[in-house]
Amino acid sequence: MDFVIVLVILAAVVYVVSAPLRRTGEAAPSPGAEIADLEAAREAKYREIRDAELDHRTGKLSDDDFEAIDRSLRAEAIEILQALDGAKAERAG
Amino acid sequence: MALVGRALLILGLGVSVYGIGASLYGALQGGQRWVDSGRRAVYALAGVMTLAFVILEAAFLRSDFSFNVVAGHSSTTTPTFYKATAAWSSQEGSLLLWVWLLSLWSSLILFLTRRKVREITPYATAVLLGFATFFGSLTAFFANPFATTANPPSEGAGLNPLLRHASMMFHPPMLYSGYTLLAIPFAFAIGALITRRLNSEWIQVTRRFALAAWLFLGIGILLGARWSYTELGWGGYWAWDPVENAALMPWLCCTAFIHSIMIQEKRGMLKVWNASLILASGTLAVLGTFLVRSGILDSIHAFGASTLGVPFVILLGVMVTGSVALIIWRRADLRSDSQLDSLLSREAVFLFQNLVLVGMTFVIFWVTFFPLISEALTGTKVSVGPPAFRPFIVPLALVLVLLSGVGPLIAWRRVTAANLRRSFAFPVAAGLVALVVLLLVGGVSKRPFALAMFCLGTFVIASVGQELWRGVRARRAMTRDPVPRAFLQLIRRNRRRYGGYIVHAGLAVLLIGVAASSSFQHSHDVVLRPGQQAVVDGYRITYVRPIARATAEKISFGAVLDVAKGGRHVQTLTTTRGFYPAQDPTLGVVGRFFNGEEESQVGLRAGLTKDIWTVISPDLTPIQPLINQGDQVFLKAMSAAAALPPAQARAQITNLFAARDAAIGALADRWVRHPWAAEFLLIVSPLVTWIWLGAIVIAIGGLIALWPVPVLARRRATSAYAARLARELA
Repeated sequence: MDFVIVLVILAAVVYVVSAPLRRTGEAAPSPGAEIADLEAAREAKYREIRDAELDHRTGKLSDDDFEAIDRSLRAEAIEILQALDGAKAERAG
Repeated sequence: MALVGRALLILGLGVSVYGIGASLYGALQGGQRWVDSGRRAVYALAGVMTLAFVILEAAFLRSDFSFNVVAGHSSTTTPTFYKATAAWSSQEGSLLLWVWLLSLWSSLILFLTRRKVREITPYATAVLLGFATFFGSLTAFFANPFATTANPPSEGAGLNPLLRHASMMFHPPMLYSGYTLLAIPFAFAIGALITRRLNSEWIQVTRRFALAAWLFLGIGILLGARWSYTELGWGGYWAWDPVENAALMPWLCCTAFIHSIMIQEKRGMLKVWNASLILASGTLAVLGTFLVRSGILDSIHAFGASTLGVPFVILLGVMVTGSVALIIWRRADLRSDSQLDSLLSREAVFLFQNLVLVGMTFVIFWVTFFPLISEALTGTKVSVGPPAFRPFIVPLALVLVLLSGVGPLIAWRRVTAANLRRSFAFPVAAGLVALVVLLLVGGVSKRPFALAMFCLGTFVIASVGQELWRGVRARRAMTRDPVPRAFLQLIRRNRRRYGGYIVHAGLAVLLIGVAASSSFQHSHDVVLRPGQQAVVDGYRITYVRPIARATAEKISFGAVLDVAKGGRHVQTLTTTRGFYPAQDPTLGVVGRFFNGEEESQVGLRAGLTKDIWTVISPDLTPIQPLINQGDQVFLKAMSAAAALPPAQARAQITNLFAARDAAIGALADRWVRHPWAAEFLLIVSPLVTWIWLGAIVIAIGGLIALWPVPVLARRRATSAYAARLARELA
């Protein structure tokens, strides 16, 4: 009985592990390394913008400092968005 | 089912080896199918290990003593809860737990990243399965939890009485969850270094696992401290024991990592630092497991010397060498994208804090391993204890607390002097008020380090309170929400930030408790007879009466104590010392009860301001002649019974067991009716409860920081900013 149980488990493992090798058709394409990097950078930049806003609202940044930092962060974010658009267009092309 | 269990271990090993090969082949040949197959090997490993663990648990729960590990660590009289958790009280079961947890977390991360970081995941999968192969090999060939005996005993040895404590039963799963979760960012760091994908994407996908590792490891450490305080009978919660330090070192490194990755995410800085930190954390996690398994350093926790030392040393050597080699190889790709704008910035504070944390880790590592190094070089093993750590750790801890209060008050990138004054005014004032008040309290100034910790802790709590208040006020200015809703929304929308602030506040509370309880403790060792008293820190403690209990499982001698202050009754405490019989019959029928394991039940009154703690150490000398006499009597009787025909012998032995129970009962009765003097350790310690409260606050903060933002909210936030930026562009 133990032997049968082990055989069944072994068969299940082989079935699960070999499923991708038996797959027909292509796997879902990944977004590409550059696009993934840019999307991660975009998320981080948005978080930075929100953090700066919160720092300003809670009084850790003066109005002048906040304006300067916010402007700089948004410029960086725009660069990332432009690069992301370019990468996506290149991939689509 | 033991055979099935063993087969599952071998199958798990085979799946792990296949998965390593499939993942690497897929990565190198560009075959996504093979990479996917490697990922599914991890899922299969999780399924197989789950089945194996279920089989082992079932064996413990049904007291199947054909399993050696069950016979050695459980018994029919072990309560069900401890039967269920006894699986990981053994070396074999705990190694299986390690592999099982690793397989679960690995499956989770690989499922979550099945369409992300595709260049990195094959290598990460290979590293994770490499760990699984190592630990799986140990369980399959060196410490097999499914080893059986053809002649199972009718009764097991039972669980080590010291481990019969709820904290100690959850302590290993928490620690091992921490260790195995650290393997995730470790593996992805290796993958990122190999593939040169060293921007923040690998950090973003593994950040929560690092935070979860930190949380579980911290909970495990504090459960161990709680066990030490309430079970071990020495009155303390932290002894700088090597196995305690083994869990603390990766926790400190991981704390540094989860802070400094924020800088890499925001500014693209500290890439070398972050890679080094997580590789060190993962290595220290394996080192911690090694220290418990090998018995290489003397410790009351260690399982004792085993044959696992050499394989662990090899694995650690590979991890250290490989990590260093990879960082050197990829040093050009690890250059920072930007520089520190100002020393007056949160980035700078994080950097200083990281230096402190790494410094603490280094000190602990050096002092912990110094006996081993000394023995290797000079042949003489020296022992080091808490006094070796304190001169370094205490000042570093003070700096760490200071920085944990400064960090929340300072903005990212830079801050002006005017904003510094505005942000620091209240917390600094609170710290100064604490200083003045405490200086007026007698005796505190004689402990300058404790005084400094109290003031800095007050500063931290005030800074966190100020930040929460300012955040609520800012939110209310935007939304007009009532204060409770604004508070909840503030935390909900900024979980990382405010979860972290709450952790800092919890840390301050905890370290205030540590400083107070270690600096202002009153401790007395006294010998008392019933009716006699001792005074500790103004508390009059009277030995009221002795108590005792005897069963076939153990005999315990104890005492009821009355605590009073200023003539008023405060608390009645009960403390006992339990003696469990050894399995060795040559120690005598009665004598084996007093030559086996012992455990203490402490008498504890825990309060917000003070703990009153006591433990009894009964002196067995007065009853030793009776024990010896009893052993002689039973020896003769057993010899006489052995000479009888089998049926009569069995009946006689049954009578002798009853006589044994009566004899043990008589000893217990003697303790109660004709008590002799006993030694008591009496301790009055301030603010110990703050340690456990601080730990709870830290756990809550960690959970808040860990909790994921709902996907829909994330998308809304993203598209809102995208629209805003689009307007700016226009």
